[in-house]
Amino acid sequence: MKSLVKTGYRPVDSVADEGSGRRWSFLEKLLLGLTLREYLRQAVRNPLNWILGALFAVGFPLIIYRFIFGLGVVTHSSNDYPWGLFLGFGLFVMVPLSASGFLMGTTVELFGRKDFKPILRIALLNGLLGYFFAVVYLLCDLGQPWRLPYPMVVAWGTAAVLFLVGWHVATYLTVQILEVSEAFFEWAQWPMAKQFIKKMTIGLTIAGIILSTLHQGALGALFTYAPSKVHPLWYSQEFLWIFFFVSSIFGGLCMVIVVSSIVKKTMFWRADEAFRENLDRLTIGLARGSSMALITYLTIKLLGIAHDNEWAYLATGWGQWFSFELLFGVIAPMVLFAYGIRNQRVGIVRFGALIAVLGIALNRLNTAIIAFNWNLYQEIPHIFEWIIAFTLFGLYIATYRFILYRLPIVYSWKKVPVEAYAKATEKVHSHGAVAQPSTVSREMR
Amino acid sequence: MSKMTRRKFLSVSLAGAAAGTFTLSGKAIGAAGFTGYPDGMGVLVDLTRCIGCRTCEAACNEEQKLPAPAVPFDDHSVFDELHHGGTQKRRTDENAFTVVNRYEAGKEGQPAYRKIQCNHCNEPACLTSCFVNAYTKTKEGAVIYNSKVCVGCRNCMVACPFRIPAYSYSSAFNPVIRKCIFCYDTRLKFGRPPACVEACPQEVLTFGHRKNLIKVAYERIRVNPGRYVGHLYGENEVGGTSWMYLSGVPFEEVGFDTTLQKEPILANAQAFLSNVPMVLSIWPALFLGFHRLATRGGEGAEEKPATEKREDI
Repeated sequence: MKSLVKTGYRPVDSVADEGSGRRWSFLEKLLLGLTLREYLRQAVRNPLNWILGALFAVGFPLIIYRFIFGLGVVTHSSNDYPWGLFLGFGLFVMVPLSASGFLMGTTVELFGRKDFKPILRIALLNGLLGYFFAVVYLLCDLGQPWRLPYPMVVAWGTAAVLFLVGWHVATYLTVQILEVSEAFFEWAQWPMAKQFIKKMTIGLTIAGIILSTLHQGALGALFTYAPSKVHPLWYSQEFLWIFFFVSSIFGGLCMVIVVSSIVKKTMFWRADEAFRENLDRLTIGLARGSSMALITYLTIKLLGIAHDNEWAYLATGWGQWFSFELLFGVIAPMVLFAYGIRNQRVGIVRFGALIAVLGIALNRLNTAIIAFNWNLYQEIPHIFEWIIAFTLFGLYIATYRFILYRLPIVYSWKKVPVEAYAKATEKVHSHGAVAQPSTVSREMR
Repeated sequence: MSKMTRRKFLSVSLAGAAAGTFTLSGKAIGAAGFTGYPDGMGVLVDLTRCIGCRTCEAACNEEQKLPAPAVPFDDHSVFDELHHGGTQKRRTDENAFTVVNRYEAGKEGQPAYRKIQCNHCNEPACLTSCFVNAYTKTKEGAVIYNSKVCVGCRNCMVACPFRIPAYSYSSAFNPVIRKCIFCYDTRLKFGRPPACVEACPQEVLTFGHRKNLIKVAYERIRVNPGRYVGHLYGENEVGGTSWMYLSGVPFEEVGFDTTLQKEPILANAQAFLSNVPMVLSIWPALFLGFHRLATRGGEGAEEKPATEKREDI
């Protein structure tokens, strides 16, 4: 794409081609204004596609294999370790990293911080995709995935925390689809639908806060069912749901920093000025928010140890592992953020955010797999389980990129003024003929 | 303007808070003070009488129509079986609902044996953690399972403090949870003891009303204090279980988890669950209030449609 942009190509970002004024057809929009041949050529040149292709070539057959022969052939999940990587990574890691949707929605729509608008949509998309793929992982893990709607319609186990998780993730997924659909309706040019969604924004945002508070916490509360299995340092009857909720706040924010940094690095051509010029400033802003959540999290983590009087465990091997998790995943990002914010060093802040994201992942894997059954034996997931988990993650990246290339997420959908639109229809459409954006386009958002 | 907003904000918040409190008091979740089912049946397992003959395993296998085992039931070499790097003894699985293990814990070099199976908790964690109500605690005391609604999430296996529910991982199209169901369908329902109890030649297993069994157990301890450690395992563990154990050697030496809490497992999630009605009722008003304050009484919101009209396609 970068080389295409150098030759003067401009990706579709408006209703009609700015040179000729011809309206883009749906297929042209899908192909980013390229011909099929051009599109395929740039796809083949992209090294990420080769990596994903290789991963999918191994992973998809394994997924089919799993659905024909059962979980037993691809996982080490056992009667002692019922949950492996599919839930440990796919659900418990993906969900906190997807808290960005409700956090940025709250910041922008509810608290009126319009200055964060350039990254609002990527935060919403990050939320939607994270949740969607958590469900995909779940479907892969469930023994009878076709019965997933059962807790909604067939049998209600209302006293269960998982019931809450199920309902809230399902309703929140709906909320997030509606939130992101605004971008889709702009792209697909359905202004009425967009207006309809826009009217619901505040309602959707508040629904997002309610649902997120409850199910982010509920994922933590799930482990209160296993008091004798999760290591005491990771278990806290009173605080577990607060740990999960508070850590999802910086998890979601840091994930937006990480994802937007990747976009800036690899999809610069797709981002518009608002995104390009504001990103560094907003990254620092996100880091400020994350710092608050990190400090809160560290405080309650220590409070949790004090509350259950678990100091003695810190001297054990498990205590060292626990200390490492806190030092690496919480204190290191705090220090990096403090330095980065103070000296306006965005690179340091981005690095800190990456560490925090990895720290969250480590915490969730610890709670769900590593420190689970600490007094039994350690289980290392089956090689096929790793491959399937990575395949689904690759699918997540591919979907993410597919949407970012097209929908107005990091750029705004522009409108071509009537005069330019009416002007020329006989002109042959070419990529070289690009009019000055300042004269023909107007900000959409 | 701002004064109006603040008043409005306060009133909606208060209404929300009131609704939250009301909901909380109306809905009692949790199990504090739960004492179980007065008429429930149970089994008293007296480990001091067990000789490790595995007759109970064979009886269970036949009654539940389970596949024949790899090693016959009269072969005692299974007691030497160790799994997972030599740390784990045999456990229940999809083809064995009860298992007897040998421990080198007995007095004067005598081995001790322990039979494991579902303990049929008074307030089962599997039941309360299941989001489709696949489990039922019957009035007779059995914890049974409905495979017709099970989604296969395996949360019950995470929740069971005794690690009993097993899963048929090998099945792709109808994997289910498998565990001892107290011979509910074939025996308990008709007032008969489970197959293992009837088959036991040593009278290790005593079937009866749970409340009577507690009396029997303490009577045995009283009459023969040297024979037993003075504890009835299952009387109070995780809210009490229908199957209870007497032992001559410390329980932790024969593989019991002696660190279990007295309260039912559900009690642990209670604090979180009681937040639910509060968040549901207070958050909307609270955050709508924040929104109105943050955007200066909706001024920000009002100016939005005007710009939208200009911007839209």
